[in-house]
Amino acid sequence: MQKIGVFVCWCGSNIATTVDVAQVVAAVKTIPNVAFAADYKYMCSEGGQELIHKAVQDYQLDRIVVCSCSPRMHEATFRNCAEQVGINPYLVEIANIREQCSWIIKDRAQATAKAIQLAKAAIAKVRFNTPLTPGESKVVKRALVIGGGIAGIQAALDIAEAGYKVDIVERQPAIGGRMAQLDKTFPTLDCSACILTPKMMDAANHPNIKLYTYSEVEAVSGFVGNFEVKIRQKARSVDAKRCTGCGICTEKCPSRKTSSEFELGLKTRGAIYIPFSQALPKVPVIDREHCLKFQTGKCGICSKVCPAECIDYTQQDEIITEHYGAIVAATGFDLLPLDKFGEYGYQDSPDVITSLEFERLTNATGPTEGHLVCPSTGKEPKSVIIVSCVGSRDTSGRGKTYCSKICCMYNAKQAMYIREKYPQIDVTVFYIDVRTPGKAFDEFYRRAVEEFNVHYIKGQVGKVLKDARGGLTVFASDLLSDKHLMLHADMVILATAVKPAAGARKLATMLTASMDNDDFFTEAHPKLRPVESPTAGIFLAGMCQGPKDIPETVSQAGAAAVKVVGLLAKDKLRTNPCVAHCQENICSGCLACEKVCPYGAITAETKTVINLAGVKEQRTVAVVNQTLCQGCGACTVACPAAAMDLKGFSNQEILAEVDALC
Amino acid sequence: MLGEKVTVADKTAAPAPFEPKIVAFCCNWCSYAGADGAGTARKQYPANVKIIRVPCSCRVNPLFILRAFQRGADGVILCGCHPGDCHYMTGNYYTRRRLTLLMSMLNFMGVATERLRVEWVSASEGARFAEIMTSFVEQITALGANVKLRDLRCKK
Amino acid sequence: MVDKVQEQVEALRRLAHTPLQDCIQCGRCSAGCPVAFKMDLLPHRVVWELAQGNLETLLKATAPWQCVSCFACQNRCPRGVSPAAVMEALRLTAIRQQGANKYDAAQLEHFDPELPQQALVAVFRKFNK
Repeated sequence: MQKIGVFVCWCGSNIATTVDVAQVVAAVKTIPNVAFAADYKYMCSEGGQELIHKAVQDYQLDRIVVCSCSPRMHEATFRNCAEQVGINPYLVEIANIREQCSWIIKDRAQATAKAIQLAKAAIAKVRFNTPLTPGESKVVKRALVIGGGIAGIQAALDIAEAGYKVDIVERQPAIGGRMAQLDKTFPTLDCSACILTPKMMDAANHPNIKLYTYSEVEAVSGFVGNFEVKIRQKARSVDAKRCTGCGICTEKCPSRKTSSEFELGLKTRGAIYIPFSQALPKVPVIDREHCLKFQTGKCGICSKVCPAECIDYTQQDEIITEHYGAIVAATGFDLLPLDKFGEYGYQDSPDVITSLEFERLTNATGPTEGHLVCPSTGKEPKSVIIVSCVGSRDTSGRGKTYCSKICCMYNAKQAMYIREKYPQIDVTVFYIDVRTPGKAFDEFYRRAVEEFNVHYIKGQVGKVLKDARGGLTVFASDLLSDKHLMLHADMVILATAVKPAAGARKLATMLTASMDNDDFFTEAHPKLRPVESPTAGIFLAGMCQGPKDIPETVSQAGAAAVKVVGLLAKDKLRTNPCVAHCQENICSGCLACEKVCPYGAITAETKTVINLAGVKEQRTVAVVNQTLCQGCGACTVACPAAAMDLKGFSNQEILAEVDALC
Repeated sequence: MLGEKVTVADKTAAPAPFEPKIVAFCCNWCSYAGADGAGTARKQYPANVKIIRVPCSCRVNPLFILRAFQRGADGVILCGCHPGDCHYMTGNYYTRRRLTLLMSMLNFMGVATERLRVEWVSASEGARFAEIMTSFVEQITALGANVKLRDLRCKK
Repeated sequence: MVDKVQEQVEALRRLAHTPLQDCIQCGRCSAGCPVAFKMDLLPHRVVWELAQGNLETLLKATAPWQCVSCFACQNRCPRGVSPAAVMEALRLTAIRQQGANKYDAAQLEHFDPELPQQALVAVFRKFNK
C-alpha cells in the first residue's frame, strides 16, 4: 500500500495568517494512504527538509505532497530533498496554497477550505505518479549573443575570456550599438567613444569571438545545450576579407541623399558607407536601395576607385547554420516615435529634437563636429529647454506606462555639457520628479543645479510653437510657484521614452522566450533570476529586459555571461523526464501524433508487439525520441486511442486532479 | 475525491447561496506563472477557482473538460500563452482549434457554451488573471448550477 | 458640518467621474491650457484640491468659468485624468443652485449679433441649468 506524507508549510505568516494549517493537516490525515501529515513554519528551510527526511524514515513514506508556495518556486527544492532520502523526485507533488490560496483570499474559512481541496488534488495526483529518471543531452560549447551593443559586447567578452567560443550577431553594419552614438556618459562625464572603442576592439580581435555584422537571426530551433540557429548574413556587396577600410569608395559615391541611420537623420551619407568613423569592422556596406548601380545599372564608381578590388555587386545573402549551447539576448532599445505627441512640435520644427539627436549634435564626430547649433539656422542657441518624461509614465495609451529610468540623469548630463561648453546659453529643465537613485547620481544632478546654474522647474511643457522670429514659443507650468509660463527658446530637447528595439518581439517568438506587455523580455524571477529568461538556455542583458543605464547594463551582461559559462562548463545536461511515451500495444499506427509534434520527435517504426488480444504481431507504431520531445503533450490529445501519454502529466494523473476538485 | 460518494443536494433544504465549482487549466509557462503573479501582487479573486497545472494548454484533452462537467463543475476555464508566444511554439494553436470543436459539442450536449472559456494570459499579466477569474466566476454565478451530466444511465 | 463638506466633495467627485488618484501632478494640463493665464486656480490645482477635498478653495475659484472646455488638458494628460471634467463638475454644481443661472434668455439682445449661433447655444449650455 502507498504511504503518502503530507507537509503543510506556514511560509512564516504568508500562508498561516489566512490558512488554518492545523485544520489542513487534520483534514488530509483522514484521506486513505496518507500515512503522515504535519505542518512546519518554513518547509523549504533546513529544519523543514529534515522533518521530511525523518518522517520518510519513521513512517516508510514512499510519496510526498508539500502544501506550500508555487511549484515554480520550490518544486526543485523538495524534489532534491526527496531524492536525498531515497524517494524518486517525481513522486513529489506540490499543492500551491500560497500564490493560489493564502495570497488571493482574505477570508480564513474560505482559504482553509480551498487549501484542503488543493491538498486533496495533489494527493489524488501523487497516487498515480511514477518514478521517472531524467535522460542526458550534450552541451554545445559555443554561445550566441544577439545584439552588438555594450550589453552584447560585454557578455561576449566575458564568455570569451572564460575560454568559450562566442558569436555576436548584429544587424547593423558595425558593432557599438546605442552607446556608440552617445557623446558623454553619466555620472562621470567621460567620453562614451573613449571607453567603448577599446571594448569594441577587444571583441573584434578576440580569438574566441566571431562577429556576424549586418546579420540577423533568421530561425532558432532546438533547446538548451543545443540550439540550432540560422543566421542571415546580408550581402554587404563588399568583400570583407580583402577590404582595407580605406574609405575611398564612401567618399567617391555620387549618391549622397540618404539620411544616415547612425546620425539619426541629421546628416546624409553615400549609398556605400561606413556608419561611423570608429566602426568595427571597418568595412563599408552598399545600401542597395539607394545605390545607382543597383537601381539604374549605371555607375560602378566605387568598384573603379577601390584599390583592393573588393566591391562585389553579385554578392548574395548567406544563411549560416550554427549550433549553440546558450543564447544571450541583448537587443537594446529604440526611442518611442513621437507622432502621437503633436503638441511638442517635433514634426514641425527641426529645433525640437530628441535627447539622442542632441547627443549627435554635441558629438565631435557628429554632423556639426560638436558645435551646438540649431538645426534650422545653423546658429548657436541662446536658450535651451529640456522636457522630461516625454512618453514615459503615461497610462493614457499615448506613451509607455513605465519610467524610462535613464532620462533624469542624461537630462542633467546634457544640461551640464551645454553650460560647460557654452556658459552663455540658458538651460531650463522641466521635470515631474527628478529620480536619481544610484552611486554618485544625486550628487551629479545637484551639481547641474548648484555649479552649472541649470534652472530646474517642477512642471511640464504643454505646447511648443514656432514663433515669428524663427525661435520657439514654449508654454509651460511652474507648479511650485503655481504659474503658467510662456517662454522663448531656440532649442527644445525631448527626453523621449525608451522602448525595446524593433524586432525584439519577433526574436522572442523565435526563442520562445516570454515578453511583457511592453515587449521587454521577462526574467525567470524578478529578484532571484534577473538575467535568465524562463526559457532554459536563454539569457538577458541590457535594455531588452527593461530600462537601464550603462553601468547596470554592463553588470547584467557580466551576470548573463557567468550564467552562460556555468551552462557551457557542463558536459551533459539532465533532460526533463516528463516526456511523451507510446503504449505500443494499443497504438494503431495512425500517426496522428507525428503530425502535431512541433519537434519532429515522433517517428513510425515497424515492430513486433503483443496486441490487446495477447497475440504477437508485426505492425507500425509511433515511437517517441526522448531527447527531442519537450513534453508539451500535443500528441496525447491527438491520439484517438489514448496510447500516447505524457509522463508526469498523465491522463490518469490529471483526471485524478479533476475528480478531486469537482 | 476518488471513491467518494457524489451527494445530490436535498431539494427540500433551504437553498444555500450558489457557490460555483470552477476548474482552471493553466499552462505552466504563461498562465500558471500569471496566476502566481496574481498571488504575488495580492490580487484577490474568488476561491471557487481551482487550478490544475499542465505543461501546455494543448495537453488539455477535451475529455478532461467533459469529465469536469460530468463531475459537477459549473465552469471550466482554460488558459494558455498568447498566440505566437507558446513555449512549445504551436501548442496554443492546437488548443484553439480543439476547443472550438468542443464548444459546438457542448452546445449539442445542452451545456451552455458560456461555461467554458479560453483565455490567453501571459506570465506578466497577474492582474489580468485575477480580473478574468473574477469575471468568469461572476458569469458562472449568474448562469447558476450546471445541468447534470453525470447520472442519466444510473438514476432511476 | 464636516459631513456636509465631505458629502459635497463626494458629489463633486461623482460628477467629475475622473480618476483623481491617478494624477501625478506633472502640470502638463496647466502648461497647455490656452486660458491658463486668466485662471486663478490652474487645472492641475483644481484636480489636486478636489483629490484633497478642499471644497472651499474650489468653490471660491473662478477658473471653471474661464475654462473653454477645449479638452486639451484631457487629451494630453499622461494619466488619463480629465481636469476639464472637474471644471465641468464645478460649473454644474454652481449653476444647479437655485437662481444661479448666469444668463437669462432676456439678455439675448445684449449679445453681439455677430456671435455664431453655436456659440450662443454653448454659452447657454455651459452657464445655465
